[in-house]
Amino acid sequence: MRRYLLGRVLQATLALLGVTCVAFLLVSLSGDPAFILLTPEAGDAQRAAFRQMYGLDQPLLVQYARYVEHVLQGDFGLSFAFERPALTVVMERVPATLELTCAALLLGIGFGIPAGVIAAAREGTWFDRAVMAVVLLGQSVPTFWLGLLMIRVFAVNLHWLPVSGRGTWPQLVMPAVALALWLAALLARITRSEMLESLAQDYVRTARAKGLSERGVTMTHALGNALLPIVTLIGLQIGTLLGGAVITETVFAWPGVGTLVFDAILRKDYPVVLAVVELVASAFIVINMSLDVLYGYLDPRLRRAEA
Amino acid sequence: MPVGRAWRAIGPGGLVVACVGLVAVLAPVLSPHDMRSFDLFHRLAPPAWDTGGSWTHALGTDPLGRDVLSRIIYGARTSLAVAGVAVVVAATLGILMGLLSGYAGSWTDALIMRVADIQLSFPYLLLAIAVMALLRPSLVNLVIVLVLRSWVVYARLIRVVTLSAREREFVTAARALGGGSARIVFRHIAPNVVGPSIVVSSFQLAELIIVESSLSFLGLGVQPPTPSWGSMVSEGRAYVSTAWWLSAFPGLAIVATVLGANLFGDALRRALDPRLRGVG
Repeated sequence: MRRYLLGRVLQATLALLGVTCVAFLLVSLSGDPAFILLTPEAGDAQRAAFRQMYGLDQPLLVQYARYVEHVLQGDFGLSFAFERPALTVVMERVPATLELTCAALLLGIGFGIPAGVIAAAREGTWFDRAVMAVVLLGQSVPTFWLGLLMIRVFAVNLHWLPVSGRGTWPQLVMPAVALALWLAALLARITRSEMLESLAQDYVRTARAKGLSERGVTMTHALGNALLPIVTLIGLQIGTLLGGAVITETVFAWPGVGTLVFDAILRKDYPVVLAVVELVASAFIVINMSLDVLYGYLDPRLRRAEA
Repeated sequence: MPVGRAWRAIGPGGLVVACVGLVAVLAPVLSPHDMRSFDLFHRLAPPAWDTGGSWTHALGTDPLGRDVLSRIIYGARTSLAVAGVAVVVAATLGILMGLLSGYAGSWTDALIMRVADIQLSFPYLLLAIAVMALLRPSLVNLVIVLVLRSWVVYARLIRVVTLSAREREFVTAARALGGGSARIVFRHIAPNVVGPSIVVSSFQLAELIIVESSLSFLGLGVQPPTPSWGSMVSEGRAYVSTAWWLSAFPGLAIVATVLGANLFGDALRRALDPRLRGVG
């Protein structure tokens, strides 16, 4: 077990280092901020001073080493646009994004898993077919278009919900639903196929044979065993959810990390871009590593397979 | 019945994809107007059946008086070409990596799969946005970003197929007869990966069309004046309360094409290999 844990931590560290390296290289490749950020009238002396201020006059390898050293201390430098620490700027936006993604995650799980379970339990009925049709549609509708459609119908035509912004509950409804649709669709599909597989297993037949109710068999025996792959999938989809949040936030002017990073990219505000990238990547890698470790405890077969 | 079997493999989804492909190829013939021509007297004209609309511009016009239908027709070219090229490149790269990983094993396998893991461990859309913004949007960069997404899917699947094919009798027999590694991989193992690759390609086409249109919607994909469905939806954003047709129709084109490609993948999967349930 210790070896398994150690392996996972090592892999996570390597992944983080890889992300850091790629992010840093991309930013370095994209041009000299002294030319992008300063006005064209700025003289060579000003540009040199600017480069010196941000350490851009050093060799790339030195810059990278210093960058990693600072990142380890949580220091991403000053945001070019806000002239405050980049990490602070990003952290201010985190609650909004957490609120949106958590709402979408809850909606996705709350609708997707029950729909998948019932569809599998009633395979071939109209309900099953209806769920599968919605699943197909949900995976084919781009989030940004769904968002605009909802704005047009529910905000402009019906006046039921506000167009954009954050602060009140009604403002959360449309972004959360738009972001949740594909997740609900994906979860419904996977839950259904995992349930169909586990309903065909011997232990389900045994449970039925000993006279358990069909509901009991479905809920405890079949769902209990189907849950592990579903939880893994949710863990893996958190990254996609965060990506989708960028689009949803843009459509609904939701003041989260997504709109921040989008604006920061357009403004070439690299410290903010890097802070977001590192933060999101580490959150994502830590979440998945913890899930893996959790499985190690939940399912002893995995431990042996890894070793 | 070969006809029945062929129909089952194509299905309504395949028909939709074929139609969109045909529209893309025949765009200059099919589009009623020059997609670049400005008609400033008919700016923001509504679709034909709406009050004030006319059949001259069946799906209405944009703020510059350009014909929406013509731009959607040309947009099919952009979307299919970008996503199609990306799928082909990603499939080639991914299949080669998967074969190499599955057949060579040991550290080659470990290296390729670690790279794939690291890449999967990062929120892709964020990566795509960062790359496109930092490297400047161009069609080549767009294809590179899409390939980056897609090759992993092929590599992981093909690796598993290769691993199981490697242990089969015909491979052992080929090796016993003195076949070299390259010969075994390309003559005996490669044919096994064709079916799964075709199925995955259909789903990947659907996914990459969505990614491409999402990036174009954010202004980081296909650049104006080249028409693309995603950027058309984005241009219509400012007019969502007045000129709904600007974003509604290009969006419908995306949904129809992606739905078609997804259905096509399902049909192919059923027809080619019932064991493939759950792939994609």
